[in-house]
Amino acid sequence: MKKIVLKKFLTGLMAAVAIVAALGVQAAEPFKVGFVYVGPIGDHGWSYQHDQGRLALEKHFGDKVKTTYVENVPEGADAERVIRNLAKTGHDLIFTTSFGFMNPTLKVAKRFPKVTFEHATGYKLSKNVGTYISNTYEGRYIAGFTAAKMTKSNKIGFIASFPIPEVIRDINAVQLALNKYNPDAELKIIWVNSWFDPGKEADAANAMMDQGVDIILQHTDSPAAMQAADRRGAFAVGQASDMSKFGKKAHIFSVVDNWSPFYIKRVQQVMDGTWKSEDHWGGMAEEEIVIPEFSDSIPADIVAEAQALIAQIKAGTLHPFAGPIKNKAGELIVAEGEILPHADLAGINWFVEGVPSEIPK
Amino acid sequence: MFLKLVPRAEHSRKMAYLSPLLAGVLTLITGGVFFYLQGHDPFFALKTMLYTPISDTYGLAELCVKTTPILLCAIGLAIVFKAQVWNIGAEGQLLIGGLAASALAVNIIEVEAAWAMPAVMLAGIAGGALWALLAAWLKTHFNANEILTTIMFNYIALNLLIFSVHGPLKDPDGYNFPESAMFGDASLLPILVEDTRVHAGILFALLAVVIIWVLLARSFIGFQIKVLGLDASAARLAGFKDKKLVWITMLISGGLAGLAGAGEVAGPIGQLVPQISPGYGYAAIIVAFLGRLHPVGILFASLLMALIYMGGEMAQIELNMPLAITGLFQGMLLFYLLACDVLIGYKIKFPWSGMDTVTSRAEQH
Repeated sequence: MKKIVLKKFLTGLMAAVAIVAALGVQAAEPFKVGFVYVGPIGDHGWSYQHDQGRLALEKHFGDKVKTTYVENVPEGADAERVIRNLAKTGHDLIFTTSFGFMNPTLKVAKRFPKVTFEHATGYKLSKNVGTYISNTYEGRYIAGFTAAKMTKSNKIGFIASFPIPEVIRDINAVQLALNKYNPDAELKIIWVNSWFDPGKEADAANAMMDQGVDIILQHTDSPAAMQAADRRGAFAVGQASDMSKFGKKAHIFSVVDNWSPFYIKRVQQVMDGTWKSEDHWGGMAEEEIVIPEFSDSIPADIVAEAQALIAQIKAGTLHPFAGPIKNKAGELIVAEGEILPHADLAGINWFVEGVPSEIPK
Repeated sequence: MFLKLVPRAEHSRKMAYLSPLLAGVLTLITGGVFFYLQGHDPFFALKTMLYTPISDTYGLAELCVKTTPILLCAIGLAIVFKAQVWNIGAEGQLLIGGLAASALAVNIIEVEAAWAMPAVMLAGIAGGALWALLAAWLKTHFNANEILTTIMFNYIALNLLIFSVHGPLKDPDGYNFPESAMFGDASLLPILVEDTRVHAGILFALLAVVIIWVLLARSFIGFQIKVLGLDASAARLAGFKDKKLVWITMLISGGLAGLAGAGEVAGPIGQLVPQISPGYGYAAIIVAFLGRLHPVGILFASLLMALIYMGGEMAQIELNMPLAITGLFQGMLLFYLLACDVLIGYKIKFPWSGMDTVTSRAEQH
């Protein structure tokens, strides 16, 4: 008799403990998300935009998510330790937001199979490492269109960082827009071999304007070109973040990287257990590339046409890399009715017809 | 001015050795107060910064990984600085060392022989040494100031590295991204403790500490170097060849920095990337002086510097503090060290204190 009571009591106790423990775990442990940034969060470009995405996560999920970031992480030997320490301190999902973190991310991921990793702009996937990138070429196409329509001198400048696929892709998108909307316009490219070097970017902008360029596009992160254009009465398109405050007259619009929707989606998927390793591309349709507003200096009909193009891109009826597309040698690479697939865009290493310079070797 | 600094008649030797410790303690106290003002428990915050990063095997191994390049550069600087040759170019020598090592390594990826790793290390040493010798040559032949030339060579080295990693050494299968191919296993430094990244580079660094110590304390060359540093004209009068000493010291310091670079690319990184050093060559200058240009002092100073770097990362992860915390601690450490040094050499004269300090000053001059 006594024994049975004791047994019942014990079972009850165990059940109670189990329930309390289950509740306790649910209530006490927020989902931890770590971010590794290559620059300082105050760079007003790449890392700044990723941090805006992190802040959006905190706002969206509230207490359910706790975020951590490590900024200015060198893309050398230190990256692996930082990523590993994030994994070790109980982070469930880690975003490594620069290309140079690719191999360190994969190395750490192998040792922490239960942690999920997302690496921006890379090309290597594994079981628990996904990659993501935004379709910057969609915004670039709109910039090319606007420049084609607005240029008076028919000379358009492009300040380029490094000859990697992402940059070559975007130069191609601009050239394709020029080919279609203003074949007489010439693209002048200057490589500054840096992502962030205000001095070189300003020099490049000035050199272009000396040659008669009246609209400057950039694939670098500082607002120096915008400021230089503003001083000399040229127009410029902002990159990565909203650069309107850096050139009141020059700024026609900015193509902004908006990582928030992607980050919120990924965190939700990992929390729900529905996450799968994949190579994610997001653009205007996903609100990952946005043009917050067009300036008054663009004629209304051009704005209307640009907005119509954006609507078509969102609807999927317009793709910047839809054929026919020829390379510089005049060979047909993408046939009429076809679209260059992401797998090819990811590693693109050739210029389309019309780009006047060669890819630096 | 209300306060005046008056030179002391006699400098305390004991205090000269104690001042780095004192600077460390003052940094801890100020850091604690700072954490407290930021709303953190100062003891927990200091523990997070200075103990948590090395609280397990992996952490200790990482401390060695981080210390290795700093120590190799700093120990080389000890010997040039002793000779009053101001090599500010350890950073550039490290980069060229890494570049030379990579240039060899990417061409022997398929090689599985045991000579691969030593050859890669030797390429690194040769690269760093040659880079330093350029500055030595400019100094001995054209009397060009080595502070300026070595700094400028740092920039040339960085641009050479960037050129190579975007050009000739770029991974042909890497989609044009600025990285070399991953090195072959035979070129990589062996890992000392399983499941960590601590590699044979730390053994090279410790060996360098011992060799430089013996060289400075027990050898005739070391004696010549010290005399040259203390009084160049006396060294010349004694018949020491000062130009030869410039060459030797630069050779050693450049070679060790080059080895540091080779150790990074063939160690924790495993390939050539644009950013192989976050400024180890510059950090080594601080470390060399923090360690009083003494090999053992430099060993401890390197460990401390590496720990502060790692602690800064941990403070970001655990306390959500910004990266500035790393610079703040390094800056405080240097500030207190310099302040302590000033007070060893001088004393403060308050406007209300008596005449005795003034007389002691008059006696000195």
